[in-house]
Amino acid sequence: MADKNEILAGLAEIVEEETGLETEEIQLDKSFTEDLDIDSISMMTIVVNAEEKFDVKIPDEEVKNLTTVGDAVDYIANAAG
Amino acid sequence: MTAPLKPTTTVQATSVLGLGVYRPSTVVDNEQICQWIDSSDEWIRQRTGIVTRRRAPADVSVVDMAEGAALDALRDADTSAEEIEAVLISTVTHPYQTPSAAADLAHRIGATPAAAYDISAACAGYCYGIGQADALVRAGHAKKVLVVGVEKLSDVIDNHERSISFLLGDGAGAVVVGPSEEPGISASILGSNGEKWGAVSMDSSLLRLRDALSEAQTTGDASRLLDPEERLWPTLRQDGQTVFRWAVWEMAKVAKQALEKAGISTTDLAAFVPHQANIRIIEELAKQLKLPEHVLIGRDIVDAGNTSAASIPLALHRLRAENPEISGGLALQIGFGAGLVYGAQIIRIP
Repeated sequence: MADKNEILAGLAEIVEEETGLETEEIQLDKSFTEDLDIDSISMMTIVVNAEEKFDVKIPDEEVKNLTTVGDAVDYIANAAG
Repeated sequence: MTAPLKPTTTVQATSVLGLGVYRPSTVVDNEQICQWIDSSDEWIRQRTGIVTRRRAPADVSVVDMAEGAALDALRDADTSAEEIEAVLISTVTHPYQTPSAAADLAHRIGATPAAAYDISAACAGYCYGIGQADALVRAGHAKKVLVVGVEKLSDVIDNHERSISFLLGDGAGAVVVGPSEEPGISASILGSNGEKWGAVSMDSSLLRLRDALSEAQTTGDASRLLDPEERLWPTLRQDGQTVFRWAVWEMAKVAKQALEKAGISTTDLAAFVPHQANIRIIEELAKQLKLPEHVLIGRDIVDAGNTSAASIPLALHRLRAENPEISGGLALQIGFGAGLVYGAQIIRIP
């Protein structure tokens, strides 16, 4: 299984590039919409970039289940495992 | 032995000879939209790029708008209606299942007895039309073809829903396609993905409305007809996230295929004119294609909204009006939408 800290660091870089948020703000318990103010279109850009970076598939129907950064990290860790 | 058939006279190359548009007079700004949905001018601009959209009044029909654009295109192409041997209208908002909008338009502009039919390919409809016109001329079926992309989307929206209605506008764009010495239209890339049939779709069929009317007439109870929650008039809906992913990352591949088939690269382009779905799709597509700085990008959506089949010719017309030097240059155009369907080709700008 991929290291979750590595996934978090990689995901934080993707979120920073898309939103301009500092990577330190991207914590496991943060909600993409409520805390980070990421809209549905930016979320999809993040998902596609994450797919490429971690070599995983995140289907459209799974994206709505990724409420927090932690959800995304877990999904990627399992998918990559 | 039966008598041999005379071979068809074919044409080697085609080009777009002229371009015209019709923009309805009514301007709907974001403040008006916010009377119907809980939103703000700033939110709509950030999420979509749209500042205003044009909508046609009740007494202006799909064919009226198509006629305005067609006559403008014929003038621009220095072509008379009698020279037109096929009329193709791409639309999903002509309110008659039959007869076609194209047959009415051909008669109105004096292009009879041109072949006339409508194309239902939503936001890809204009590129489908260009692909068909190119094929009809090269195969010798028609010397010149009129292609119109026209929509009156304001007839098929629910102003109170949030997925798509606030994006949409009305309008028409038209071109004349004819034979040329050198290729002015590249091989088209046309395709579909029916697995995502529901990603952009009407929320019900007209049969549901018919059955509710029938029920009311039988029972004398019209309450269902009067209940706005029943939403008996079909209107558009979309799954924005699914569409966004497909429109950017899958369509970037299609755009690259179109360039490859044309034997050119992005550095050869003067303009990039994607379907005007959402400014963020346009910007992300441009980013994926790594367009050089000199390539002008159609961003007509800011003032015109998303006009489905009309959006590419409207955006190209505006780019040319604001930058006349691009006339004679190459434009990559790509349409994508409900179906899901897509079409792309490179044209030399008239």
